[in-house]
Amino acid sequence: MPSVTCWIRAMSAPDQTILSVSKLSSAVCAKPVLAVRDVSFELGAERLGIVGESGSGKSTVGRAIMRLLPNSARVEAERLDFEGAPLLDLNEGRMRKLRGHKMALIMQDPRYSLNPVLSVGKQVAEAAKLHLGSGKREAYAAAAAMLERVRIADVERTMRLYPHQISGGMGQRVMIAMMLLAKPAVVIADEPTSALDVSVRGDVLKLLDELVTENNSGPVLISHDIRMVAAFCQRIPVMYKGHVVESLTRLEDASHPYTKGLIAAMPDPRHPAKRLQVLDRKAIDAAEARP
Amino acid sequence: MIEVENLEVAFGKGDDRKQVVKSVSFKVAKGETLGIVGESGCGKSTVLRSLAGLDRHWTGRIALAGQDVAKERTKQQFELAQMVFQDPYGSIHPRHRIERVLAELLRAMQRGEGWDRVVPALERVGLPAAFAERFPHELSGGQRQRVAIARALMLAPQILLLDEPTSALDVSVQAEVLNLLSDLREEQQLTYVLVSHDLSVIAHMCDRVLVMKEGVFVDELTPEAFRGGEITQAYSKTLFEASFL
Repeated sequence: MPSVTCWIRAMSAPDQTILSVSKLSSAVCAKPVLAVRDVSFELGAERLGIVGESGSGKSTVGRAIMRLLPNSARVEAERLDFEGAPLLDLNEGRMRKLRGHKMALIMQDPRYSLNPVLSVGKQVAEAAKLHLGSGKREAYAAAAAMLERVRIADVERTMRLYPHQISGGMGQRVMIAMMLLAKPAVVIADEPTSALDVSVRGDVLKLLDELVTENNSGPVLISHDIRMVAAFCQRIPVMYKGHVVESLTRLEDASHPYTKGLIAAMPDPRHPAKRLQVLDRKAIDAAEARP
Repeated sequence: MIEVENLEVAFGKGDDRKQVVKSVSFKVAKGETLGIVGESGCGKSTVLRSLAGLDRHWTGRIALAGQDVAKERTKQQFELAQMVFQDPYGSIHPRHRIERVLAELLRAMQRGEGWDRVVPALERVGLPAAFAERFPHELSGGQRQRVAIARALMLAPQILLLDEPTSALDVSVQAEVLNLLSDLREEQQLTYVLVSHDLSVIAHMCDRVLVMKEGVFVDELTPEAFRGGEITQAYSKTLFEASFL
């Protein structure tokens, strides 16, 4: 069972950002902003689902673990171990061997995250070539098998298509096929379904679920949709302004005003309300200020 | 307020001809909110674009505020219905300040320079007046969508056409924007046509919901049906269940 222990403290250095945020108060720029602070979790058998609004730092956690943050960002961790070895001490070459092979990141929008100038077959086969060391023919066979596994109809034809010629749901399946081909130990899915229709969202999640169970991988699902995460994950850290406000196992146990607000903000036609509840940020900050 | 009869839309010619919308008819009363729900590619946005006068491929009859409109619209007809688009990152000119984005409509319609109308428009959607001098990249997604709503209201239309207005937003921001839309509807007696793939958003906002599949309406739902979960049509049921994963 893979086990990742992570305790991240990331800072974005101010020097690169001064230009674009000049209209904001200068205090933000003068001091480094902690995008993520003191986040701790262990990934093992449990499915982990990180929930939060945009800007809460949830994607930064995913990228920090993959060491994909720009050089201007500082990542500090008391411990950030992958299979017992500290990730932060690895050099870039070793890290490249891990990425895509042992740790995979599934990104949000297949329209932007697939390579637009490579055919689908070539992209998926590339994963086999790089990480499994297969030859060209083997790699294509592995790619075809994997695409079939993610339930793509007419694999032969699809492999010749380019990303713009396939639908969003299909693109996300291709992405999943590419990422899970090497059977990674850790799969980080950053908003894997936000760009998709509600009707295909369920299929994609089910597929992801099936494959991570089959490969015995540890999945981390990152999303703003707390209801969806709760349906898929056993442990749900809720992030607000860069840190975890509470870690839930069931939605019913939510006690922090932020988590409650997130749940109440979702429209539910079974219990119609005239107005939706919005986050009471003052109350949340007050709750945060209390020790 | 809106009457549509036998609306058909087809793109392409010869063998490539694809009928996207197949003879749909519906009516929306004044002050009512109609929802159209369906998967991507079902033709729901095309219906909306035809209503707005953005697509001119349609045949059939469209009447707005009791007045038949042709494919080429007059200025007065354009002012009847305004549209809010899905992606607040793509629908606002990235190199224009917010004030110019908002004032441009009035100038295009030859109703003056429009600068004086910018601040009230921003305040109406709950944004501070100081935002007039900002560029779109200095705003968050939710704020941008508020600007897009303010822009749609600049010409004081009676009808607002909303194409997935909250799909690009977080749930917490989505709640704020949906509340704003409900408030505006009440204040200004607006008529909405709301298109989305998310049945929970549609059900929250709308008085009546049409379910669209492959260019035709397959079912009509009411808020009561959602409350009791009494949805009988098979396709509507799968959509409903998918919304509550």
